[in-house]
Amino acid sequence: MTGEFSPGLILIVGALLVPLLPGRLRGPYLLALPLIAFGHLMTLPYGEFGRVQFLGLNLITLRVDKLSVLFCYVFLIAAFLAAIYAWHLRDAVQQIAGLIYIGGAISAVFAGDLVTLFIFWEVIAIASAFLVWASRTRRAYCAGMRYIVVHVGSGVLLLAGILLHYRQTGSLAFEHLGLVSPGTTLIFLAFGIKCAFPLLHNWLQDAYPEGTVTGTVLLSAFTTKVAVYALARGYAGTDVLVPIGATMTAFPIFYAVIENDLRRVLAYSLNNQLGFMVVGVGLGSELALNGAVAHAFADIIFKALLFMSMGAVLFRVGTVKGSELGGLYKSMPLTAGFCIVGAASISAFPLFSAFVTKSMVIAAAMEKGYFWTWIVLLFASAGVFHHAGIKIPYFAFFSHDSGKRCEEAPLHMLIAMGIAAALCIGIGSFPSLFYPLLPFKVDFIPYSLDHVVGQVQLLFLSALAFTLLIRTGVYPPELRSTNLDFDWFYRRLGRAAAESVGRGADAVWSGIGQAAGRTARGLARSVYRHHGPGGVLARTWPTGSMALWTTVMLAAYLILSYL
Amino acid sequence: MAEKPDPDEKSYWLDDRRNVDRLVHVFYVTCAVLLAIDVLVPKHGEFGIEHWLGFYGWFGFIACVSLVLVAKQLRRILMRPEDYYDR
Repeated sequence: MTGEFSPGLILIVGALLVPLLPGRLRGPYLLALPLIAFGHLMTLPYGEFGRVQFLGLNLITLRVDKLSVLFCYVFLIAAFLAAIYAWHLRDAVQQIAGLIYIGGAISAVFAGDLVTLFIFWEVIAIASAFLVWASRTRRAYCAGMRYIVVHVGSGVLLLAGILLHYRQTGSLAFEHLGLVSPGTTLIFLAFGIKCAFPLLHNWLQDAYPEGTVTGTVLLSAFTTKVAVYALARGYAGTDVLVPIGATMTAFPIFYAVIENDLRRVLAYSLNNQLGFMVVGVGLGSELALNGAVAHAFADIIFKALLFMSMGAVLFRVGTVKGSELGGLYKSMPLTAGFCIVGAASISAFPLFSAFVTKSMVIAAAMEKGYFWTWIVLLFASAGVFHHAGIKIPYFAFFSHDSGKRCEEAPLHMLIAMGIAAALCIGIGSFPSLFYPLLPFKVDFIPYSLDHVVGQVQLLFLSALAFTLLIRTGVYPPELRSTNLDFDWFYRRLGRAAAESVGRGADAVWSGIGQAAGRTARGLARSVYRHHGPGGVLARTWPTGSMALWTTVMLAAYLILSYL
Repeated sequence: MAEKPDPDEKSYWLDDRRNVDRLVHVFYVTCAVLLAIDVLVPKHGEFGIEHWLGFYGWFGFIACVSLVLVAKQLRRILMRPEDYYDR
C-alpha cells in the first residue's frame, strides 16, 4: 500500500500553497484543509505504515492506533475552529506558520519511531515561534526568542536521549520507555520541558500571552498536548509523574490569582490543567490514562474557547488587562456567554466537559489510594474555578464598569466560539458518545448523585468564598504589574551573570591590551635609546677602535685554534 | 470605541446595586440549601473524610479563602512594576 501517509502532511504541504492564493480565498482554503485531512484519516486502518529508509534507519512515519487517532481528531477540531476564528486574517506568515505547526503536531502524534518524533518535535518548535513573533512587537520578539531557545533545547535533549537509547538498545521504536536509563531520562526531560513541568514551565506563561489574537488560540492547543501524548505513550505508570503533576495543578493557581493579564491567567490555568493529565499518566491505570487523554481532548476545546473569548476582547478593546477591563458584557454579551461556557467547562460544572474528564483522573487517584494527591487535586479543582472560572469572566465582562464600549466580536469569531461551546457541553452532557474514542474500555459513571452534589458544593462554596472576599474588599485588586516567576532566573539573574562575565572578560581583555601596549612601548623606547640618534649603537666609531677590536678578535681566534 | 459611557445608554439590570444584592442573597441561600441536602445524599467515596457532612463544600470554601490570602501575601515578594523586564 502506498496511500498511507500522515494526515499532518496535508496541512504542511497545503501551507506551501498559501502565498499563491489571494487573500479572500485563504479563509475557505484554511477551513478545507482540516476537512480534507479528516477525510484522509477516515480512510486509514489501524496499523503501522509510511515506512521510510533514512540514513540507514527504518522509520515508521505513520502509526495509527486509538491513542494517536484520538489526538488527531482533537487537533483537527482545533485546526478547524481556529480557521473559522481567524477568517478575517490576511497575514500569510501566521497562516503558513499555523498550518505547518498543526501539521507538525499531527505528524508527531503519528510518529512510530523516535527519529520521526524528533523531526516533528522541532517542526512544532520553529513553526509555533512564528505565531509569537507575528505580533510584531518588541516584547513578542523577545518572548519568541526565549520560547524558541527553550524548545530547541528540548529538541537537543530529545536527540541526545534518542542517541543514548539507540546505542543501548538498538531500537528506535517509540513505545513504552520508562525511566530506566540515562537515554530515556533525557527523553523524559525533553517531554517535561514541552509539558511545562514545574521549573521548566515558564516559557508557557512568557510566550503565549504575547502571541497574536489568533496565534495564541493555536498555541494553547498543540505544543503541550503533543507532550502529554508523548508522556502517555512513553511513560505511562511512571510514579514520579504523580507528584510532578500534582505540583503542576497547585502552584500556578496562586500566580493566576494575582496576575493581571487575563491571557496570562489562562496560561497559568493551562499549566494547572496539564497537571491533571500528568497525574493521570503517572497513575497509569486504564481509568487514569483514559482520564488523562480525555482531559487533554476536552482541555484543547475549552481552553481554545477561553483564549478565543479573551482574543475577541483583545481584538475589540486592544487590551486584556484585568485592571483596565470590566462591564464588557454590555458590549459583548455573546462573547461573555461563550466565555462563561468555557469557564464552566474548565471548572468541571456538571453537564460541562471537564466534569467527566477531570473526574476520571481524580477517581483514578482515589481508586489507587493516593490520599494526598487527591487532596491536592481537589484544592486545584476549587482553585481553577476560582481563577479561571470566576476571575476571567468577572474581571473582563462584569466587575466595575470600565466605561469601555465596543462592538460585539465579529461573526466568524462568534461562530467558532459557538461551536467550541457546543462541543464542551456535548462532551459533558453526553459522555457515552465520547467514550468509544478513548483508548481503553470505559466503565466510569460521572453522574452519580454524590458526585454531582459533591462537585456542586465544591464549586458553589468556592464561589461563595470569592463573593465574600470581593464584597469585603479582601480580594486583591487587579494591578498593573509583573509577577516574578522562575523565568527571573534566566531573565534577570542569568542576564546579570552573563553581563558580569562579559564585563569580567572585557576587563581582562583590556588589561591584556594595556599590558601588551606598555611592553611594546617599553621595547620601542629601549630600541630608540640604543639605536636612535644619540644611542650608543648609533654612534659613529673611530677607525682606530675598529682596528683594535679586529685585532682582539683575530687574537682570540688564533688562541682558540691552538687549544 | 467610546471611552465614556453614553448618558443616554440603556440601563442594565445589573447596573442597579439592589439587583446585585438580590442575586447575591439568592446565591447565599443556594449554598445553604446545598449544604443542607448533603444529609440526604448516600456517600460512596473511597476516603473516610468524604463522608463528613458537607466535606466538599467547606473544603472548597477553605481552599479558596486560603488560596487568595496566600496569593495576596505572595504579591509582597513577587510583584514588580509592569516594565520590570523591559528596563
